[in-house]
Amino acid sequence: MNRIALAGNPNVGKSTLFNALTGLRQHTGNWAGKTVATAQGEYHWQGEDYQLIDLPGTYSLAAHSQEEAVARDFIRSGQADGVVVVCDATCLERNLILVLQVLELTGRVLVCVNLMDEAERLGIAVDLPALSQRLGVSVVGVSAGRETGLDALRDAVAELVRTDAAAAPERAPQERVGLAERYAAQVVRSENAQRRRRQQRLDRLLTSKSTGIPLMLLLFGLVVWLTVAGANLPSALLTQLFAQIGNTLDAWLSPAPAWLRGLLLDGVYRVTAWVVAVMLPPMAIFFPLFTLLEDLGYLPRVAFVMDHAFQKAKTCGKQCLTMCMSLGCNACGVTGCRIIDSPRERLIAILTSSLVPCNGKFPTLIALITLFFVGGRGGLLASAEGAALLLGTLVLGVMGTLACSRLLSATVLKGMPSSFALELPPFRKPRVGQVIVRSMLDRTLFVLGRAVSVAAPAGAVIWLTANLTIGDASLLAHCTGFLDPFARWFGLDGVILMAFLLGWPANEIVLPVMLMAYLSTGSLVEFDDLAALGQLLGQQGWTWLTAACTMLFSLFHWPCSTTCLTIYKETGSVKWTALSVALPTALGLGLCLCLTAAARLLGLA
Amino acid sequence: MYETLCLSALPEGESAYVTQVNAGPAMDRRLTDLGLVRGTRVTCVLRSPAGDPCAYLIRGALIALRRSDADGVVLERQAQGAPARAVAT
Repeated sequence: MNRIALAGNPNVGKSTLFNALTGLRQHTGNWAGKTVATAQGEYHWQGEDYQLIDLPGTYSLAAHSQEEAVARDFIRSGQADGVVVVCDATCLERNLILVLQVLELTGRVLVCVNLMDEAERLGIAVDLPALSQRLGVSVVGVSAGRETGLDALRDAVAELVRTDAAAAPERAPQERVGLAERYAAQVVRSENAQRRRRQQRLDRLLTSKSTGIPLMLLLFGLVVWLTVAGANLPSALLTQLFAQIGNTLDAWLSPAPAWLRGLLLDGVYRVTAWVVAVMLPPMAIFFPLFTLLEDLGYLPRVAFVMDHAFQKAKTCGKQCLTMCMSLGCNACGVTGCRIIDSPRERLIAILTSSLVPCNGKFPTLIALITLFFVGGRGGLLASAEGAALLLGTLVLGVMGTLACSRLLSATVLKGMPSSFALELPPFRKPRVGQVIVRSMLDRTLFVLGRAVSVAAPAGAVIWLTANLTIGDASLLAHCTGFLDPFARWFGLDGVILMAFLLGWPANEIVLPVMLMAYLSTGSLVEFDDLAALGQLLGQQGWTWLTAACTMLFSLFHWPCSTTCLTIYKETGSVKWTALSVALPTALGLGLCLCLTAAARLLGLA
Repeated sequence: MYETLCLSALPEGESAYVTQVNAGPAMDRRLTDLGLVRGTRVTCVLRSPAGDPCAYLIRGALIALRRSDADGVVLERQAQGAPARAVAT
């Protein structure tokens, strides 16, 4: 087995190349196009086995950050039989600085110039043989996204492990930069600036004072609207399908004792089916759209436009990127915080990660918005109104994040923002097919799988609490009764609060638990249309204030169990994990208390 | 005649050469990694809605820097009609 390390700057398509070579289709740079841990994969070529180690993307090997240390130590350790340095053909000069640095650590280097297709589109030509001659190592040009040049690369890798060359003498950093500049001037030809001008025009449109922020809201609004409007029909169809399957299962299980049937069908099956029917359609729409924006290179522009607000909160502008990740899944957002170098700023980003609503909260938010704030009407106008309100909820989440970040910067995590350099990679034509496949496999199914694995046992527990009786009432009823007086202060009721507590494993099951408790049928009830749901909530004394407070509390409460575990893993501290639970909970309860008090004082509710 | 200005004062669309980098050690290293050293040509390409940060073209890559960091990078360029905010260094 030959071991080959993949090194390179961030944003050079290293993960795409890794996937194309190993065929694993394992999207390692999970969210912001970053490879954080070293991913490994294997491939077979001409009778030989190769193991690829995808090192973290770095600008340098000087070991100033964790990622750099990992990359440098691995290359220096001699564990690899060769190092492939991946470069971006559209920005070769800067990439060559890292190439020269790697060449000072080992002589067994192959330079892979990626994104040749993008460079061609931008009118940039790279003389690969001339570059090879100057560097003294083989140079191969590929377009990993289109999978061209991969065979030549595999051949070159096979050649690489057979050669042995000494490392270059160490140079001063300034000297390296100068050498990279000279080589680039000799091998890169750039013409036809028209495409680049188009890129700049697009950049200006997306980031300028007059259009940057409106376009950002419009784009996110569009994504949210498509998610809201598009998810209705498939959700209804899935609910029907699951009801039919449920009937069949019921018939099969008829010989079983009633309690077992109840536990399995009403508990495990119904809760799981609900989670799938409610979660899958919005995710299957949201994730591909979001991945499309990411693939296009739009997210770093959002961070650029938003950075000033983060500066004021005395944090890192890259927190905006981790917030985008949190939008999909808070746990992903927490892991993504590794892209922030300063420990203080990373901790702030981790502690505030759950203030952005994840995908699992969308169904609850959408249902409540539709029922209480757009009047339960259908049609395009209503869905646009619903999307606007959901976007407003998102904006509230962003404001909460900024406020809490500022608060943390002023109290327990005092400090000044560290220096910050954010690369805005060129816009790339999104590869629609790959985006859909990747977002479905890596994100939609991954998140759904995790939700289902949590929902199934949670379904059993919920059924038990609803069906085990102590005295004259069920365990669930005792709990909700106990919580009720406390919850009333915050515009909620005992059932709602209990549902959030039971929904700790997954936010998706909060609404179904609520319904189960209200109906006290001991099992989850399915609703074919929202109108029936609205009627039920109305009977339970829900007003617009209850709905608003539930939405606020849904937006700001403790992170789900997976996120808590991830925060503990990332911070290694019970104290910080506890704070990450306390902070959003206090914010949510505080806002609910204020809203309720204000509404009651003004006689609005 | 040459004029001296700091990177944060470079108007959008204009270019100049780096003569000095007075950043903290961490930023200095990061800028060197990005290829921003003495003699590098820098162009200010984008200004964010708040005017801070700005994005600069550095060795073919577009890099966003905050004003507080860009203040420490001293540039020199051929003097033009309207002088930009000069830095006393």
